[in-house]
Amino acid sequence: MATKTAAPAPKQQRTRAERTRRLLIHLGLIGFGLIMLYPLLWMLSSSFKPTAEIFREPGLIPWSFTPENYTEGWNALQHPFHRYLLNSAIVVGGAIVGNLIGCSMAAYAFARLEFRGKRLFFAIMLATIMLPIHVVIVPQYILFAQLDWINTFYPLIVPKLLATDAFFIFLMVQFIRGLPRDLDEAARIDGCGHVRIFCQIILPLSMPALATTAIFTFIWTWNDFFSQLIFLTSPDMYTVPVALRTFVDSSSQTSWGPLFAMSVVALGPVFGFFLAGQRYLVKGIATTGIK
Amino acid sequence: MTTLLHGKTASGTDDDSGTGAKPPRTRRKAAASRGGNRRYENLAALGFLGPWFLGLALITAGPLMASLYFSFTDYNLIGDHQWVGLENYERMVTDTRLHSALKVTFVYVFVSVPLQLAMALALAMVLDRGLRGLALYRSVYYLPSLLGGSVAVAILWRQVFGANGLINQVLAFFGIQGEGWVSHPDYALGTLVILNVWTFGAPMVIFLAGLRQIPAMYYEAAAVDGASPLRRFWHITIPMLTPIIFFNLVLQIINAFQTFTQAFIVSGGTGGPSDSTLFYTLYLYQRGFGAFDMGYASAMAWLLLMIIGGFTAVNFLASKFWVFYGD
Repeated sequence: MATKTAAPAPKQQRTRAERTRRLLIHLGLIGFGLIMLYPLLWMLSSSFKPTAEIFREPGLIPWSFTPENYTEGWNALQHPFHRYLLNSAIVVGGAIVGNLIGCSMAAYAFARLEFRGKRLFFAIMLATIMLPIHVVIVPQYILFAQLDWINTFYPLIVPKLLATDAFFIFLMVQFIRGLPRDLDEAARIDGCGHVRIFCQIILPLSMPALATTAIFTFIWTWNDFFSQLIFLTSPDMYTVPVALRTFVDSSSQTSWGPLFAMSVVALGPVFGFFLAGQRYLVKGIATTGIK
Repeated sequence: MTTLLHGKTASGTDDDSGTGAKPPRTRRKAAASRGGNRRYENLAALGFLGPWFLGLALITAGPLMASLYFSFTDYNLIGDHQWVGLENYERMVTDTRLHSALKVTFVYVFVSVPLQLAMALALAMVLDRGLRGLALYRSVYYLPSLLGGSVAVAILWRQVFGANGLINQVLAFFGIQGEGWVSHPDYALGTLVILNVWTFGAPMVIFLAGLRQIPAMYYEAAAVDGASPLRRFWHITIPMLTPIIFFNLVLQIINAFQTFTQAFIVSGGTGGPSDSTLFYTLYLYQRGFGAFDMGYASAMAWLLLMIIGGFTAVNFLASKFWVFYGD
């Protein structure tokens, strides 16, 4: 960890002044971290407070602890909340599978095959990363409307299978380029075709990149609001963010407790993935800059 | 074939035999893939890129062109679309809500992105001192940027900055009577700026990775020469970090221009109070999917694309003057 301070003065010499300085930095970092996380912790604690208490004090301890907000929030909308969780799970699951298949195939071609127009297509692929979704959403809506796909999960899943999240193609191309070529060349000499090389050599070796893709697809799709708001119009199909939004609209200012409870439920899976996938997340973002 | 090529180079250029250690190998490799397999490779590429080609045509490039076309039409989804020429674009000139949406978005981008990046760099510098518990701090600061775009956090923000919200409770503790920040036209945008700054963790992690790349010997040499920490920061850290700063800047500007969820939830979809949180994308949504004014929404989308493209281009051009790529 201390790679950069490799040559400090002998240990005893790093005396009091340096030690108190470090202590102060730690205290500052902890304090600042608490301020950053305070709103989230406060929401968590408020979700166990009776609504009146939420407004009374900013403290974190729910003095009159009650799980009632959760039962109330769970049933506050047209469907019980697990319906929306299930819908979100289907969309997210489909998006992950789609991205893993579609993007890894394209990435293999860009990283390992020589073909006509490769540089041009690669440039186009990179350009699409920066394309705002707002520019294509209107015609996409019209297209999906004509296919009768509005209010289904197809508009949220099929594009992923068609590798439209070019960002992940780029991520995997970078990763595959770093894999030793000797392996697939040896396999090729042994008579393997590209399909076998892709499935049996490249994919197994690309697990870190695939994991990063899966985790970020999960978080982005789970949090995504814009396209789900547009493509899902009936409460039967609502995902968690869209359902939360109707909750905000339908409930008056007084029912913050249940609203917070369901917000906590909505953030839970992302937080879980964050804990489970921290290593990949940080590595992925450090090398590629995804948010 | 390879011997032929090899013989040719050997006989042609005797004098550069010192640097000629590499060519034979690369030539042979290139010849092998260029020779018999070319058609096979093209075919394989078509197979592997098939889904991407389809997606490009149907989901990305096709709709991109279609929206350009729609931007010259009047289209409400139900009837036929009618060609109206530049009418939609002319309408933008007099559309005062569009103007306030542009203003709100520009203010947001110009205020929140620099603040966010400054915060990210400052924390990255502090964390890059070989402290214990780096991984933990990094995670704590990074977490908000994972959650920041969600509806749930936007809901949280609405309460935190509401009349009876957390901020005012804390202020009341100090005897200060606070405003209903999100419902006040002068402050509502500020709360969203704070939300964006709060998500500085993502660029911070990238800065941290960048700081790791700066060779320690530069600092050691500067220290020997008696350079102060401030001088070292300005003359070593910042120049060495300019490619990373540039990368974060481009990325965060593009992101900030597309902000939607937070503004939608905090204002209840209206962009209020008094259009003070009417982000460009929110207004685009209102025109396109609230009023089904698809032609105008498409024209707006193209203006957005040009703005973002323009900013990115200017960034890239300007980068020649301040971004240094070492060796």
